[in-house]
Amino acid sequence: MAENLLEVRNLTITPAGAEASVLHDVSLSLAPGERVGLIGESGSGKSLTAQSVMGLLPSELRAQGTVSLQGFAGNILEAKERALAKMRSDLVSMVFQEPMSALNPLMRIGDQIAEVLRIHGEVARGDIPGRVLDLLASVRMPDPNSARYAYPHQMSGGQRQRVMLAIALANSPRLLICDEPTTALDVTVQKHMLDLISERVAAVQAGLLFITHDLAVVAGVCDRVIVMYAGRIVETGSVAQIFTDPQHEYTRGLLASSDLEATDAHGKLFTLKTALSYAGPIGKAGPNDETGAGEEVAAEDEDEQSSADGPADVREPAPASAGEASIGDGSAPLIDVSGVSKHFRSRGLLLRRRSPVRALDDISFRVASGQRLGIVGESGSGKSTLLNLLSGLDRPTSGHVRVGDIRVESASSSALRSLREDLQIVFQDPFASLDPRMRVEDIVSEPLIARGIARVERLARVEEMLLAVDLDTKAMRRYPHQFSGGQRQRISIARALVTRPQILVADEPVSALDVSVRSQVLNLLTDLVDDYALTLLFVSHDLGVVKHLCSDVIVMKDGHIVESGSTEDIYAHPREEYTRSLIAATPSLAGALASAT
Amino acid sequence: MSGDPSTTSAGDASVDRGRRTKLRLNASMIIGAVLILLIVALALVSFVWTPYDPSAVDPAARLQPSSPEHPFGTDKFGRDTLTWIMYGARITLMVGIVAVGIAVLIGTPIGIIAAVFAQYPWGAWLSAVIMRANDILLAFPALLLAIVFAAVYQPGTGPAMVAVGIAAIPGFARVARSGTMQVLGSEYVRAAKASNRNAPAIAVVHVLPNIAGMVIVQASVAFAISVLAEAGLSFLGLGTQAPVPSWGRMLQESQQFLSTQPLLALWPGLFIALAVLGFNLLGDGLRDRFDPKMEARGNG
Repeated sequence: MAENLLEVRNLTITPAGAEASVLHDVSLSLAPGERVGLIGESGSGKSLTAQSVMGLLPSELRAQGTVSLQGFAGNILEAKERALAKMRSDLVSMVFQEPMSALNPLMRIGDQIAEVLRIHGEVARGDIPGRVLDLLASVRMPDPNSARYAYPHQMSGGQRQRVMLAIALANSPRLLICDEPTTALDVTVQKHMLDLISERVAAVQAGLLFITHDLAVVAGVCDRVIVMYAGRIVETGSVAQIFTDPQHEYTRGLLASSDLEATDAHGKLFTLKTALSYAGPIGKAGPNDETGAGEEVAAEDEDEQSSADGPADVREPAPASAGEASIGDGSAPLIDVSGVSKHFRSRGLLLRRRSPVRALDDISFRVASGQRLGIVGESGSGKSTLLNLLSGLDRPTSGHVRVGDIRVESASSSALRSLREDLQIVFQDPFASLDPRMRVEDIVSEPLIARGIARVERLARVEEMLLAVDLDTKAMRRYPHQFSGGQRQRISIARALVTRPQILVADEPVSALDVSVRSQVLNLLTDLVDDYALTLLFVSHDLGVVKHLCSDVIVMKDGHIVESGSTEDIYAHPREEYTRSLIAATPSLAGALASAT
Repeated sequence: MSGDPSTTSAGDASVDRGRRTKLRLNASMIIGAVLILLIVALALVSFVWTPYDPSAVDPAARLQPSSPEHPFGTDKFGRDTLTWIMYGARITLMVGIVAVGIAVLIGTPIGIIAAVFAQYPWGAWLSAVIMRANDILLAFPALLLAIVFAAVYQPGTGPAMVAVGIAAIPGFARVARSGTMQVLGSEYVRAAKASNRNAPAIAVVHVLPNIAGMVIVQASVAFAISVLAEAGLSFLGLGTQAPVPSWGRMLQESQQFLSTQPLLALWPGLFIALAVLGFNLLGDGLRDRFDPKMEARGNG
């Protein structure tokens, strides 16, 4: 452990009572002040590695090997809890993925930061309030003075994550571990957060171990990258090395599938599988032209796609300033939203705000049959409210919503029923949207049961649908927990499409998925939209995904439509500052690489 | 299953962890189940065989200590205590089943309906009325209810069971309501609504299976409480009447002989304690098993 900040040697973790280890012989080291990215998909063991450095491994796991840290005598894996408690925060701290659950909801922010300072006793008691203020200011908390008295629920996700960072850095640790710190955040917030992490880590001269599944994120923050797959380290190298000349085929696959601008010969995004077969025959020359030449192919492809999209795809210049936006203007648009507002009465006791929250304010747009519309915006921009209105799960405060020939705002419950037969939703979280106690066949056949379709036909259609989403018919008898996130999302898509709706609404369907799985689901969605001649409404905060999938896009902010038009136009010539900042904030491999090298 | 690479590693890990926890949980669950099985076995065996006839009086052998002929001794009429314990198990189990049955079958639907109503603007007040009525019922102790029943009808096993069952309804209604509200707020219910399932279908297809765990846990605890309540009521003379054997009444009758023959109080007391402990342990084990965090456990 001479000069390295962190030294992990032959770390093997086995669940007690099991034969197979979940982490095999992992060795890595971190020089003082070095920034290392640890990359891999869920289940690859990256979080376990981080937890063993913190001495936070669950007790039912047995760990072998050594983990040593500069300034800490002995092996962390064998250390006593008391010694570990002293080490944490002084030597090493962690920022967790979920900022809501990592903060105590019943404690004021200032007290939570003060707690860390008090326990470790490095700061004199009287100086603590001042130090808390400094810390909050250092993580760029707007109005740090009043933030001290706020509770976690009064803050946004990004602000909470800032507080987490302030807590983690309170005692100037030598190593900061970030476990997917931005996965739960919006793109624009993510960018700020990443910049802030880099800046603060540099300011306190700490080492950084940055865990993520997103290659594009890691490039901007780290010097060196460690790629993990199935509990092993498969590759280590500098950012430039890993990105331009990946040696291991898994790295190559990960790289290919995180690049939303590169497509293969069929206009599909690369998945782990196609990337392997793609790189195989070409051999060593393969990886280089993935990011370079791939882009041009993508651009051409998108032209083809959007021109093949539908005859009613006329690009009217949308009036940018007004709330009015008309996209596609076939004689009778399938969806017509005009002047829609939705207000919620706030019940904030602490804030005493009486004025209603305007979730949507004078929204208007039209969608032609067969069109693919992306709705982009940060959380809180009103996207989900809009979807609820469209699907008849909620009613607008004012304005008109027409889907097909049904006026949603005044529809009877039977009209809403027939609306829902035509309009189906794929939800964001594949773990929450499937009933854990139902078998897959029952889940997928639910919409059919609601329609009163006989059992035999139901089963046949469920089977057909599962095959269409690339799932085995064996899947029918299983329960959701036996599937991975990507497979669950496919089940969710199958459920939505089994009644052959005209309109498919996808509410951030890939934001909860790993990069490698994301491209599979997106490819599937593209295919199905073509096969079933669907009109697609795709809600996302990720512009890259929307760009790949949609012909037109609406950009929303604070319940208003900021900008709308064809995807290419918006990308090439964003008129509004907000759109520009969204595009700039979207992490892309090419951009990340450019900044890294 | 055209698998993602992540399935294998992550899946294995969670299954292994699940198996571990299962082993640990089984400790309390197995002890509970064994105790309950013991009592069920006693009750079942009593139908075909008992050492003596329960009403066989033998004045010569009264208040005997344990002996090869009478392993648990005899009571003041010389009746075999083991035989009485075996017969008493029947009453205990019957009271538990009937009382919990009443509470589950009435309480759970009340809770689900209250939660479903609460979703609609027109049903919020109805839901509030149901739950407040439930709270009023909760305010009546089981014992008081049983005394009222015993006064109105005559004291006996039947009224005692019904009283204990009614007193347990609010617990089930509360558990079912909170569970239902949780399920109704979930995304899969939103998905079901988007697929046009109506409220009764959602309640049966989604809510019931997902709150079953909680209700079962509540049932095992309620079972223990009713066993105890029946013993208490019989002890007070409000429950099972002579000459039907009941543990609670045996305990009461043994009082007068506490100084001369304490064993007489030991046996029924011990079995009441074992039954209550058994159901409580099982309830604890089940609660851990149905903990949502353990949900990811595989079938294998």
